Amino acid sequence: MYTHLKFYHPFVSSFDPCKPILEKKYSTPPHLYIGFQPPNLPQFSPFEALKAGTLWKDFYDPWFNTYEKQMGGVLP
Amino acid sequence: MWIYEKKLQYPVRVSTCNPTLAKYLIEQYGGADGELAAALRYLNQRYTIPDKVIGLLTDIGTEEFAHLEMIATMVYKLTKDATPEQLKAAGLGEHYANHDGALFYQNAAGSPWTATYIQAKGDPIADLYEDIAAEEKARATYQWLIDLSDDPDLNDSLRFLREREIIHAQRFREAVEILKEEWDTKKVF
Ligand SMILES: [Fe+2]
Repeated sequence: MYTHLKFYHPFVSSFDPCKPILEKKYSTPPHLYIGFQPPNLPQFSPFEALKAGTLWKDFYDPWFNTYEKQMGGVLP
Repeated sequence: MWIYEKKLQYPVRVSTCNPTLAKYLIEQYGGADGELAAALRYLNQRYTIPDKVIGLLTDIGTEEFAHLEMIATMVYKLTKDATPEQLKAAGLGEHYANHDGALFYQNAAGSPWTATYIQAKGDPIADLYEDIAAEEKARATYQWLIDLSDDPDLNDSLRFLREREIIHAQRFREAVEILKEEWDTKKVF
């Protein structure tokens, strides 16, 4: 599945003092891929837009912490 | 001039008494990539940038003050009824010694805000690239704040603020394209 979250796997040494985190993630939000905003992009309804923080569906990319993700996250 | 509307840009609700969160949130109040730095940076740069993008800097700089006010509200709500003992337990004993319950422009580690956080180079591209970087850094800060926070209502407001940083970064990127004066021509180099 396509995602704006990307992952990498840092080197793990047998002498690492802490339990290694095998997979690290970073965010590449949608605006990095869109360039100059093209006309006629799909919009949220005014109420949804106020909740989302943007009028434009293509730019909406909410961040949830681990706990919130387990709860399924919340979309507008 | 400005017109002030006596309400927040987005509602700020805090569900748990957790002064430790206030300590972290201060990063976005008076930190290097915080809302004060953002507002002052953009509103100052706009005097020496091509006319086409002055309005953008005015709009975003103004919105950053609305964000500053949201962060202030969060910090205030999280600390207003905290006892000195609770503040001490939250790592805010030093803050209490200096400021009582007052807010102050400083980062999460207590360093006061400084103009050295921001730049105005006079070169439109250099300034806009700084602005893009500032927005991406603020976006990242909100990610780490959401990761640190277990307050669902607070996170809702933080998510709104993070989304605004995405939009600001997008608009600054578009401003660069406008200044390149090639964005609407199909050109093959
Ligand atoms: Fe911003």
